[in-house]
Amino acid sequence: MILGWIVVLTLAGGALAWSGGRRASRWIALGTLALDLVLVGPLFLRRPATPAGRRWLAELVLPWMPRYGVGIHLAIDGLSLLLIVLTLVLGILAVVASWREITQRTGFFHFNLMAVLAGILGVFMALDLFLFYLFWELMLLPMALLIAIWGHERRTRAAIKFFLFTQAGGLVMLVSILGLAFVHHADTGVLTFDYPELVGTPMPAAVEMLLMLGFFLGFAVKLPAVPLHTWLPDAHTEAPTAGSVVLAGLLLKTGAYGLLRFALPIFPEASRAFAPVAMTLGTIGIVYGAVLAWAQTDLKRLVAYTSVSHLGFVLLGIYAAGTVAQEGAVVQMLAHGLSTGGLFILVGALQERLGTRSLDRMGGLWAMAPRMGVLGMMLALASLGLPAFGNFVGEILVLVGSYPRSPELTAVATAAMVLATAYSLRLVQRTFFGARAEPASVLQDLSARETAVLVAAALGLICLGLYPQPVLDTAEPALGALRTVFGQVARR
Amino acid sequence: MSADELRAISPLIVLGAAALVALLGITIRRSHRFSALACVVGLALAMASLFLRGSAPPPGPLLVADDFAVVYTALVLTASFAVAVLASGYMARRQRPEELYVLLLVATLGAVVLVWSGHLVSLFLGLETLSVSLYSLIGYTRTGPRSVEASIKYLILAAASSAILLFGMALVYAELGTMVIIEMGPALAVASGRTLVVPGVALMVTGIGFKLALVPFHMWTPDVYEGAPAPVTALVATVSKGAVVALFVRLAWALGAAGQAALLVAFGIVAAASMLAGNLLALRQDNLKRLLAYSSIAHLGYVLTAILAGGPGAIEAVSIYVTAYFVTILAAFGVVTVLSGPDGDADRLEEYQGLVWRRPFVAMVLVLSLLSLAGIPLTAGFIAKFAVIFAGVRSGLWTLLAVLVISSAIGLYYYLRVVVVMFAAAPAASAVAPPVPQSSRVLLLCLALILVWLGVYPVPLQGIAWTAASSLARESPPVTTPLGPATARRP
Repeated sequence: MILGWIVVLTLAGGALAWSGGRRASRWIALGTLALDLVLVGPLFLRRPATPAGRRWLAELVLPWMPRYGVGIHLAIDGLSLLLIVLTLVLGILAVVASWREITQRTGFFHFNLMAVLAGILGVFMALDLFLFYLFWELMLLPMALLIAIWGHERRTRAAIKFFLFTQAGGLVMLVSILGLAFVHHADTGVLTFDYPELVGTPMPAAVEMLLMLGFFLGFAVKLPAVPLHTWLPDAHTEAPTAGSVVLAGLLLKTGAYGLLRFALPIFPEASRAFAPVAMTLGTIGIVYGAVLAWAQTDLKRLVAYTSVSHLGFVLLGIYAAGTVAQEGAVVQMLAHGLSTGGLFILVGALQERLGTRSLDRMGGLWAMAPRMGVLGMMLALASLGLPAFGNFVGEILVLVGSYPRSPELTAVATAAMVLATAYSLRLVQRTFFGARAEPASVLQDLSARETAVLVAAALGLICLGLYPQPVLDTAEPALGALRTVFGQVARR
Repeated sequence: MSADELRAISPLIVLGAAALVALLGITIRRSHRFSALACVVGLALAMASLFLRGSAPPPGPLLVADDFAVVYTALVLTASFAVAVLASGYMARRQRPEELYVLLLVATLGAVVLVWSGHLVSLFLGLETLSVSLYSLIGYTRTGPRSVEASIKYLILAAASSAILLFGMALVYAELGTMVIIEMGPALAVASGRTLVVPGVALMVTGIGFKLALVPFHMWTPDVYEGAPAPVTALVATVSKGAVVALFVRLAWALGAAGQAALLVAFGIVAAASMLAGNLLALRQDNLKRLLAYSSIAHLGYVLTAILAGGPGAIEAVSIYVTAYFVTILAAFGVVTVLSGPDGDADRLEEYQGLVWRRPFVAMVLVLSLLSLAGIPLTAGFIAKFAVIFAGVRSGLWTLLAVLVISSAIGLYYYLRVVVVMFAAAPAASAVAPPVPQSSRVLLLCLALILVWLGVYPVPLQGIAWTAASSLARESPPVTTPLGPATARRP
């Protein structure tokens, strides 16, 4: 029941924020998210008591459209729990980070933000595939509006492009969901969209491959896997800070989550056959994203392309499909959320002060803004995968885990980490060090509010980097359960 | 004719009487208030009589009043009611408003006869009653060349298509020897090898396709949508099309055996072409009425896809789609209506710039209806699209589904473009829009609530649609499954 309340509360908070005034709407949004976090907290304590018999930490089942086999089925395990916490934390960071940036139509801004977050929370909870699709679509429109109304110069185009890509991918997924339900119906005579019942539906290889590709396409657009990533740089660059944080930190994760939760367990054989392709796509993404990030002069675009690279690791890890690789993918998802979210907040702060995102017009900012420099340096180092930060743990686990599956791809991915070093150091060097491009400009250092946000992100990354065991312990039972089906096929 | 039989057709009698009362009222003294009231009350009474008409069937073979007909009649009457309410606000700022209500009642009568028709004669009678009223309604305000052009265009093309339909009916009758729709299926099974049946059906479908504005019979749509007064456009988009869809489903079900490969392929091509052409042509429109006209072509393509899926489940999908489309498009044209000043309709896209900030209520209604047209979840349009894809997947119409998915993605672009325009910053000097009449405001609020309610909890609608579909299946058992196999795809 608590799961339903969290989604409803978030939506209600959004509606309330809309009706509230400028100041009130911020506090309402913040308070709602904090309350959500308080509600979620106790679920962590249930963590150890998860024997094989009881898979879900919390569950909600309600009838909805019984004739179509559609019900309201929300449930979370350790994997969902981690991502839900990430969602709420990044949501709070996003609200705080846009405290001063958003001055126009503040109420409606927070409504959209909360609606996106509610959709994302729903995606991480929904086990009924119809409901899952509903939440999947629910987050798109408010996100597009966030970009289109409060974005930068070319916002309309970016918003529409984002919406079209993700929505088209979603429609393909909807057809696959229906196909899956009908295959299940043909086998058992029961029409249902309920995930636990659909797992293990036997089907011929060709059908399985086709349906799996439909799911993969929907998730790969969000992730984004390389040929489908072109919406990402535009959307991330044009979005307001909070939008970029939510996009990079959370929306991309829904694609990875979908692969882990649905694509692999429901279509084990096809996923197994498809794994080399997916892993190759992941590796291409790692290299391609890093190379393009290195070539950018727009700071926000640079950070956007690093997402393509980092999510490549996630894709690689998911399809390498071992314990280590998938745990790595989960840690990478959390760490990427914090590090990229932090970087976007930093870039947002820079743009607010300098009125530009161009690297050519920065340089030598350390002297004027040392706090910004220190935090920026830390986030950049985290992003390049320096030990002691969460990204290192994620990437190394992914690489270790995928080595037995494909030494060649692992080698390429490892080599690409050098590129990550290159673009991260370039970012720091061109902004904070070097000659001052515009000596006349005066740069105000981070305010206490901004510092707190970035310090929180950095601390989170360090915790993940130094002691990731609690996270791994939370995720592993869930990942193990997801892998059982898949692993059986793998051994065959 | 016994009292029971009279009661059975009481909705038709009430509609006819209401038209007469409205007409007589005008001859005594012109009063906008009286005419509008007569129209609205007449429609409400017709709705009441629909449920009080008793269980006796209508006399003779001409009319059928099964659950299917009742559901579509209720839809038609509700839509006419909404149009009447919108028109009362719209016409208050224009000259000679009274006759519009008479024509509206007559058009509704024609549409109901069409929905009830169990015989080719009543079919033609209903269609012509509807069309003739529409000729004059489309050109009603005569504000400029556009409106006259629209009226003449519709007159000529509708008359031509009626002639084609009539010829097709003659060919079918010549081969089958019956004009009763439910007898045509069995007659067709016996009369295998009759060469004129297929051309006859094809000609009839041409006539129907014109009314539904399916490609390649769609050329009139944008001009008529643009030229007609906004409430009348809503009438053309809902009552006229909905009634013809009901008739088409009835015919397709009865003629199930005529689902020969050639016709199925032809229908498939028409559906695919409608979806693609409608959505592609809408991309470049800067006029909201034209945009909605092209989008309606695509939406009828979706409906045809559902009809092609075959089986009661597909008929259910059609009814769900038509209901959702009615609510959505009435809300959309309702907003266009209330925004239109006395000197022309508000249809240029720039008039909608920043509408959300200037007129939040009407703008939100329009946003909702555009999202519903685009098939975004939590709106009626999503449930409707889900039902169509559901029917299509079950029957394995993979090619059509692929077209549907692609064209829906294209369609998203132009719906979203309008939404984005509405959310843009308001222009500095925006025209002073007329105040929204209270009745229209209440109507729009109701439509918006229904739109969301159907999207969140569609179970009652699905139940009603299923009742309608199964009543059709029961009363005219098809010789073979209608329009192709409806079996679940076996792996």
